[in-house]
Amino acid sequence: MAVEYIYPDYEIIRDYDRCIVCRVCERQCANEAHEYLSDSKKMIADNAKCVNCHRCVSLCPTRALKIVKSDHTFKENANWSNKSIKEIYKQAASGGVLLSSMGNPENYPVYFDRILINASQVTNPSIDPLREPMETRVFLGAKPDRIERDEKGRLKKNLPPQLRLSMPIMFSAMSYGSISYNAHESLARAAAELGILYNTGEGGLHEDLYKYGKHTIVQVASGRFGVHPTYLNSGAAIEIKMGQGAKPGIGGHLPGAKIGGDISKTRMIPEGTDAISPAPHHDIYSIEDLRQLVYSLKEATGYTKPVIVKIAAVHNVSAIASGIARSGADIIAIDGFRGGTGAAPTRIRDHVGIPIELALAGVDKRLRDEGVRNNVSLVVGGSIRSSADVVKAIALGADCVYIGTAALLALGCHLCRSCQTGKCNWGIATQREDLVKRLNPNIGYKRLVNLMTAWQHEIKEMMGGMGINSIEALKGNRLMLRGVGLNEKELEILGIKHAGE
Amino acid sequence: MKRVYVNEKWCLGCHLCEYYCAFASTNEKDMARALKDIKISPRIRIEEKDGISFAVSCRHCCEPLCVKGCITGAMTRKDGVITIDRDKCIGCYTCILSCPYGAVSPSEDGAIQKCELCIKTHSGTPKCVEGCPNGAIVFEERGE
Amino acid sequence: MREGNFRNISGCAISGIISKSGRRFSGKLIIDSISVMHERSNGLGGGFTGYGIYPEYKDYYAFHIFYDHRTAKKECEEFLEEHFDIINLSKIPTRKIPEIKDEPLIWRYFVTPLPTKLNDSQLDEREFVVKCVFRINTGIDGAYIFSSGKNMGVFKAVGFPEDVGRFYRLEEYEGYCFTAHGRYPTNTPGWWGGAHPFALLDYSVVHNGEISSYDANRRAIEMYGYKCTLLTDTEVITYIIDYLHRRIGLTWNEICSVIAAPFWSTIESKPQKEREELEYLRNVFDSQLITGPFSIIAGFEGGMMALNDRLKLRSMVVGEKDDMVYVASEEAAIRVIQKDLDKVWSPKGGEGVIVTVEEGKI
Repeated sequence: MAVEYIYPDYEIIRDYDRCIVCRVCERQCANEAHEYLSDSKKMIADNAKCVNCHRCVSLCPTRALKIVKSDHTFKENANWSNKSIKEIYKQAASGGVLLSSMGNPENYPVYFDRILINASQVTNPSIDPLREPMETRVFLGAKPDRIERDEKGRLKKNLPPQLRLSMPIMFSAMSYGSISYNAHESLARAAAELGILYNTGEGGLHEDLYKYGKHTIVQVASGRFGVHPTYLNSGAAIEIKMGQGAKPGIGGHLPGAKIGGDISKTRMIPEGTDAISPAPHHDIYSIEDLRQLVYSLKEATGYTKPVIVKIAAVHNVSAIASGIARSGADIIAIDGFRGGTGAAPTRIRDHVGIPIELALAGVDKRLRDEGVRNNVSLVVGGSIRSSADVVKAIALGADCVYIGTAALLALGCHLCRSCQTGKCNWGIATQREDLVKRLNPNIGYKRLVNLMTAWQHEIKEMMGGMGINSIEALKGNRLMLRGVGLNEKELEILGIKHAGE
Repeated sequence: MKRVYVNEKWCLGCHLCEYYCAFASTNEKDMARALKDIKISPRIRIEEKDGISFAVSCRHCCEPLCVKGCITGAMTRKDGVITIDRDKCIGCYTCILSCPYGAVSPSEDGAIQKCELCIKTHSGTPKCVEGCPNGAIVFEERGE
Repeated sequence: MREGNFRNISGCAISGIISKSGRRFSGKLIIDSISVMHERSNGLGGGFTGYGIYPEYKDYYAFHIFYDHRTAKKECEEFLEEHFDIINLSKIPTRKIPEIKDEPLIWRYFVTPLPTKLNDSQLDEREFVVKCVFRINTGIDGAYIFSSGKNMGVFKAVGFPEDVGRFYRLEEYEGYCFTAHGRYPTNTPGWWGGAHPFALLDYSVVHNGEISSYDANRRAIEMYGYKCTLLTDTEVITYIIDYLHRRIGLTWNEICSVIAAPFWSTIESKPQKEREELEYLRNVFDSQLITGPFSIIAGFEGGMMALNDRLKLRSMVVGEKDDMVYVASEEAAIRVIQKDLDKVWSPKGGEGVIVTVEEGKI
């Protein structure tokens, strides 16, 4: 280009004393940022191509590489950040909508980091999870409001279908298409081994993964990709995707270039066509339409599977949730504004939606005020980053959490946020066979199992510290939380006291 | 006996196994110092064509042709592992020609070299297995 | 600050006595029992419940009410007159002793719901009474109904339980079941309404412990119309028992399997039908599980239930002699009133001891 408006954000720094010219960086960079000069027998790098994915850094056997933020600067400006300036250059050049991947990286408050957890002392003993039973099993589904007895007076099992999880965490929806088959296989196998569930996302379910059906949530999104009766009956639950935290109000977009053989077959669309999910479901324009779809899905599956409705956290999320709780849905999943995505318009991802902590607190309170909290279970996501976030979410009122980004990080993602290019060097957000190969599900699923096992143990330690030995006694137990550095309004909405009170 | 097996489904052709093998044969603790400015001749080599890549190393055959052909008795089979006595090797290259897998190669000092499952360099898992980033190389007993 | 504006954490002593044959005995017995456990209290709360103490009025609800001032009494009585037929009313007889001070007005009313009002409300009689009790306790400033069952009554105050017993002249009452509580709170309550036992209709609870599941239980039970105004463990436990027994219709054994549910590993080892039942109860009533140390004695019309938390983090001893069953935080509190016992044991954590009076005896 004649005028180069945008200087590379990142620079590849090579320690030439340590470089043994093994060329693994060159071989493994899908963006072709590294090159071997055969005459001088040296490795060089083109910073403009680097997306800061760390593939070369992680594979370099002598740790000769690192990626640093370029110190090429604009004049300091508290209002016009480097980012804002560069985004204008991009749009002046392309005339297009800015696209981004993964979750909102902007500097908004993270409420989980301003909430602290209790521990028992003196008046109430803490419990040691290594010596006493510490239970994390949860059931998701609608609960009946009365019991029924048979002729012998024994309790009848008058329960609508339930999901049984070994711990209150599930893998969030990530579509086959936005992520690779190997990533899906890793999630499915990990979910099966852990006794939890993973979610197909809106791309349908690949036929080779039907065998993990008991640990699969099949999603029905606005594009209805891959939705047919066998699909619906293969999973343990069906999720209607009404919205997604990363892009409330709009649908999904998978470019035609990523729609090859298997994807096209699984999604039931022709190869090479763009897979654009419409913004609303075009058969759901109001709450009563949602109720109709919920029951259509239940009819199609013989009332054997719970139906989940997933919504994005927006301003009136409490009212929406209240409506859903009366629509026949068994579980409500709420996705906060930090939720990840394969690709979304940057402005929507960064400026639309509300934090999940506030949404959860509001929805839980509203459902209890209206006496319908037991009609549904609440699952929250966007973004749950550690076992501490899980404990705080449950104490605020959630039954279970969804993790998306955390699972991808376990599989090797380095949050370079370039998924929309389709050249994921870690084999996760790509369909290129040579790149997908890099995610070996035998390794990937084990890392997911490790992550969840570690989190489960940490959750048990925190529960034990609070003197709680079954996770249901933590649900909605807001007195176990205190805010720190939050104002009155924030404390009021979260329904917790300030530390020191 | 445990052998090194490669699954081409997961081999990325990154060549890291070659460098870890070369490093294993040195006595250095730091790979950068060991392999800087050196042209490596590893005992495991990547062969690649048409998008498929595969690492080739000595199969430690039960009926080794290299041992049969060795004129000095430098190549022997001990506990299933085919090893080389470098003092006896005269560099005649008969074994290199005999090996159907091309797993034997000349070394810098005239004697030949090939994978010896890292038994002379360190105990435990062979370095190529440890160094493979994608689990394509495994060290297993397959009853063969 | 009153109980209810803050959460008062306490350690305690509890005791309970019941006659399986329905034989009525003097309240002196329970006073003697609880006074042995003097060191477990710090003088900031004590109380008793007696069952079968009002045989002449056994078909009427006995409201025991605290008033802070005469205006509260007037307002409350106006409300009562609109909703109930008041058969009898009087001050609860007390004895002035130096150890008990700052007493509020303490009155007792024997009432029955007005038929027209009851019909209009379209509620069943007990639900009607509960709603009226909540209306008064949250709506009328300075009035607090602390006992609302038939043929039973709670007597409580700020002070050592044995002093409270003497203050209320408990030795003059006769009943087939008495429970008692002595309190060791970490904050100073000024208000008598916050003392224990806590009662609603004929359900009364005395409790030693500090439950870690408190807020989870409270927020769930408030969904069903209960108002946790005192912010105490005992209050929420009583509401849970009222909900599970009266509104849902669980048996006392099933209630134990909810509030002190067995661990999953235990449930998995049971035969299939029992396993499914226990799993159902734990799933549907997950918010009524109580964790943290507790030992409770729940009294109800015709019986008494004693229960420890699953990890048995509080002491509880049961003794039996002929038709009498004794439960207390310490064996000494039983031996002091009944030296020879046929049987004495410590129930396992999570295993309820349920004693009912023989059919037709009360």
